[in-house]
Amino acid sequence: MNVVALIAATLVTATPLLYATIGEIITERSGILNLGIEGTMYAGAFGGFIVTANTGSPLLGLLAAVVTGMLAGGLMGLLTVTLGVNQHVAGIGTTLLLIGASEFSNRLLFGGGSLTQTAKFALLFTGVPVLEMYLLTMLGLAVVAPLAWWLLRSTGLGLRLRAVGENPEAADAAGISVERTRYVALVIGGALMAVGGAFLTLAVLGTFTLNITNGRGWVAIALVIFARWRIWPAVASALLFAVVDAAQLQLAITPTFAHVPRELMIALPYLAVIIALAVAGRGLRYPGAYLKPYRRT
Amino acid sequence: MRLLLRGHAPRWLTPALVVAAALGTFILTAGPIRLAGANPGSAYDFYLLRPLSSTYTFLEVLLAATPLLFTGLAVLLAFRAGFYNIGAEGQFIAGAIAAAVVATGLPDLPPPLALPLGLGVGVVAGSLWGLVPALLRVRLGVDEVVTTLLLNPVALLLLQGLLNGPLRNPTTQFPESARIGSGYELAPILTGHRLHWGFVLAVLVALALWLVLSRTGIGLTLRAAGLNPRAAQFSGISVGRTLLGAALSSAGLAGLGGAVQVMGLQRRLTGEVSTGFGYTGIVVATLAALSVPAAIAVATLLADIVVGAEMANRVLQLPPQMGRVVTATLLLSAVSLMLLRRYRVTFPALRRRRARAPSSAGDPS
Repeated sequence: MNVVALIAATLVTATPLLYATIGEIITERSGILNLGIEGTMYAGAFGGFIVTANTGSPLLGLLAAVVTGMLAGGLMGLLTVTLGVNQHVAGIGTTLLLIGASEFSNRLLFGGGSLTQTAKFALLFTGVPVLEMYLLTMLGLAVVAPLAWWLLRSTGLGLRLRAVGENPEAADAAGISVERTRYVALVIGGALMAVGGAFLTLAVLGTFTLNITNGRGWVAIALVIFARWRIWPAVASALLFAVVDAAQLQLAITPTFAHVPRELMIALPYLAVIIALAVAGRGLRYPGAYLKPYRRT
Repeated sequence: MRLLLRGHAPRWLTPALVVAAALGTFILTAGPIRLAGANPGSAYDFYLLRPLSSTYTFLEVLLAATPLLFTGLAVLLAFRAGFYNIGAEGQFIAGAIAAAVVATGLPDLPPPLALPLGLGVGVVAGSLWGLVPALLRVRLGVDEVVTTLLLNPVALLLLQGLLNGPLRNPTTQFPESARIGSGYELAPILTGHRLHWGFVLAVLVALALWLVLSRTGIGLTLRAAGLNPRAAQFSGISVGRTLLGAALSSAGLAGLGGAVQVMGLQRRLTGEVSTGFGYTGIVVATLAALSVPAAIAVATLLADIVVGAEMANRVLQLPPQMGRVVTATLLLSAVSLMLLRRYRVTFPALRRRRARAPSSAGDPS
């Protein structure tokens, strides 16, 4: 097995999960389960692609993805924070809406299928083993993850966010606006999820294909539970999932596994997550206000 | 803006909210429809009225409603018991695969054996696909939302793997199975039309489910376990067993839907056996507020939109994906508005301003 190629593939697979998982941790720590994650990643991938295709600049595409994600987070906020709709339903509905809207726009702009190749982000340190990665991967590992960890642990916003997620009544009594804090969490989280999706179009593929996220959002939801809502374990579990996925790709081209169906190999990481949840997913302590809308009485 | 709990809602409120949700959906989607160069009015004419205006298209609506009925009822049953089964998509595919495997593997069985066998393996395969999440939830307390969701892409991969491998059509080499044995085919209800007896089966299942949920102790047990598990446990209900039973029946219903789709409509297994029916089932159950009669109506409405979206695509060149946008918008606006049945809206900031205005006018300090 080629270890250098394995590491490179791991970093590519891990990046969208890294951003999405951190985004989901931030929203869930504020007490909101965001099942809109799959749709937000999808819309981020599409929004990033469409702006890059028209401007030629992946950086503007990334910015568009951030804005898309913030809007998606705002929509979830309207539904689950202001109105207090059931979070499972609001999330699935948001995912269906965003995927439908992206595919509608794609069809409108490109007819049957688009084969437009756009400008992409370049690899940094090309040819250097281990260090060869995309800027977004490096930013995610070296900037976004530590920043999110520091934000949740040591800042006023992080403290308010966790207070609102654990005990909104107490937070409200202490003068914290539950609504505003949860909106902030959803908007930041949504932006990160959308960047995760945009990584697929702007760095990996350079184009948009249907079903591009392929359940990665659901994987991120599982990784959040596996990591018990903590940032560094989440980074580790995203990398772990990606190693399994990359190993699967590497194994599939070896003679021993050549006769094993490709689809079975692709399904392996999903099954690994379910097994991991079965082993590590018991006796968890969910955020205190998880799934509960807050209303002053 | 703030929502306050209210004691009881006036009787006219629910129908008014249904109308408001429909209007809201129309207003929200009119912009994108216009952007696509179509008139929103005529687009909605296609989505709602045109498919119902001729016998042929009306039967197409019922045909499109059939899988939605199965998945909608499946989700409804699970949600009633407080089991958040988001995996009807995967269970539907599992049922379709099992039916196709049996129906292409033993193609010569006569209908009296073939029909129950094909439908039966669909139910069993669906239940098996739901077994792991159900056991993990009941025995170990692992969140079923995540596990059922994760098994959806796995089912799709299994489907693709089988179609590229063992089930690949031996004569054409296309990634689709051979045609199923003729004994397994659910016959058309009317000659010359695609609507098959699977639709009647779906309606019968709905009736049976309605009877069980509303007229038997099982329905009460289920609802008790869903609404307040601790109180239910205290009153002697085995919540674990109830959840397990509901989860497996729910998954079995979705699997039955998959088998019916193969045996009634597709007559072979293809990669597109489900176009998101499992997820649309969640929309059906939610919009129906978990009521069986309402689920029949909602499944028909959503099927109407699907058929209408295809027609609008042909006539107005409006991409058919708009139908999915309309469905999702309808779901979100309806669940938002239905909150008004339990809450009333107040605007504290406005009221404060209004209360302050006269007093500040009278008292300059």
